[in-house]
Amino acid sequence: MAAGNEVSTTYYIQHHLQNLTFGKHPINGWSLADSAEEAREMGFWAIHLDTMGWSIAMGLLFIWLFRKAGKMATTGVPGGLQNAVEMVVEFIENLTRSTFHGRNPHIAPLALTLFVWILLMNSLKIIPVDYGPVLFAKLGVDYMKIVPTTDVNATLGMALGVFGLILYYNIKVKGAGGFARELSLTPFNHWALIPFNLVLEIVSLLVKPFSLAMRLFGNMFAGEVIFILIAMLPFWAIWVLDVPWAIFHILVVTLQAFIFTTLTIVYLSAAHEHH
Amino acid sequence: MNINMTLIGQTIAFAIFVWFCIKYVWPPISNALHERQKKIADGLDAASRATRDLELAQERAEQTLRESKEQASQILEQANKRSAQMIEEAREQARAEGERLMASARSEIELEVNRAKEELRAQVSHLAIVGAERVLEASVDEKAHRELLDKLAAEL
Repeated sequence: MAAGNEVSTTYYIQHHLQNLTFGKHPINGWSLADSAEEAREMGFWAIHLDTMGWSIAMGLLFIWLFRKAGKMATTGVPGGLQNAVEMVVEFIENLTRSTFHGRNPHIAPLALTLFVWILLMNSLKIIPVDYGPVLFAKLGVDYMKIVPTTDVNATLGMALGVFGLILYYNIKVKGAGGFARELSLTPFNHWALIPFNLVLEIVSLLVKPFSLAMRLFGNMFAGEVIFILIAMLPFWAIWVLDVPWAIFHILVVTLQAFIFTTLTIVYLSAAHEHH
Repeated sequence: MNINMTLIGQTIAFAIFVWFCIKYVWPPISNALHERQKKIADGLDAASRATRDLELAQERAEQTLRESKEQASQILEQANKRSAQMIEEAREQARAEGERLMASARSEIELEVNRAKEELRAQVSHLAIVGAERVLEASVDEKAHRELLDKLAAEL
């Protein structure tokens, strides 16, 4: 889209950053939001259909690919798909082995799921920003933001899942009492400092999922905004900035997936350790 | 940035995908990987064992070769010794035979000489008698002088 006047520019950016929202509108009832205001008015009882749809699609793609490779897996000479899948699996296994110090066979598959899923969701960014909205507008759908990780709900949703696991393993490994003791008696092992410790530990505990979600969301959202801005250049000039930015994003996409995964393993490792 | 139910939906999706991965995706791939690792380790083991075996076999072959060479040289030496001995024996035998032949020839010669002497003696006595008959022109009683002539012949 060529840059028009200020209103259309703002509209363009806002339109591309708006999710397809289905929810309970105070006036219209359960419906698709027609504008950003309507979506906002729906409050909590709304769902981003594009975020959910694309993230589940990517999750299913991951499950399907890896399940297929697992079914074909032979101990002989591996083929192309099996090679690629095994490379990823081995990478995650090594990462888990070097980062996670407890003994829990579920950590590596968890990390694999997170890594590949986030990688696939992030990779949707390489698709030009106009394709989603324009294509779906042709089909009669007003909004379509195809990269789930540019939606804070998606990243925070996953981070909440990780947070739940952190709590679960803390209580499972240390017991409820042990966990409470750790929260209240570290870092300063003195009864007078229990309130201080509690505040400190609870804040550091809550910061974990929040930082996970915000890091991924921030990186992906910022990248998306830049892509949208670049897309507003004259069509023959777009590639000059778009191509380097996309190439750079191949790195960002992988790096952010890796960081999310690694930090999850680190947090869960800490949850398994006694202090 | 509206926080809404997508948050919970995403958490549920996350839980389901993780559960599915733990249950159905990870085990077959991981198993195949570890099994192959074991297979490769076994193969490498077998290869190193085979190399060791080969070394051992080579050593054994070398030793056998060395032993057989030694044996061959021993046999050769024995044969040489034996042949020298045989030549020596043959020479000895030849000399003995030669000596024996010489001795027999000598004795034969002696015999021959004796016989010639005897014959010569007999002829001389006969010649003497004939000579005497001619000289005397008379028939001398051979019988009467026989004894005398024999005596004469024995003195020759």
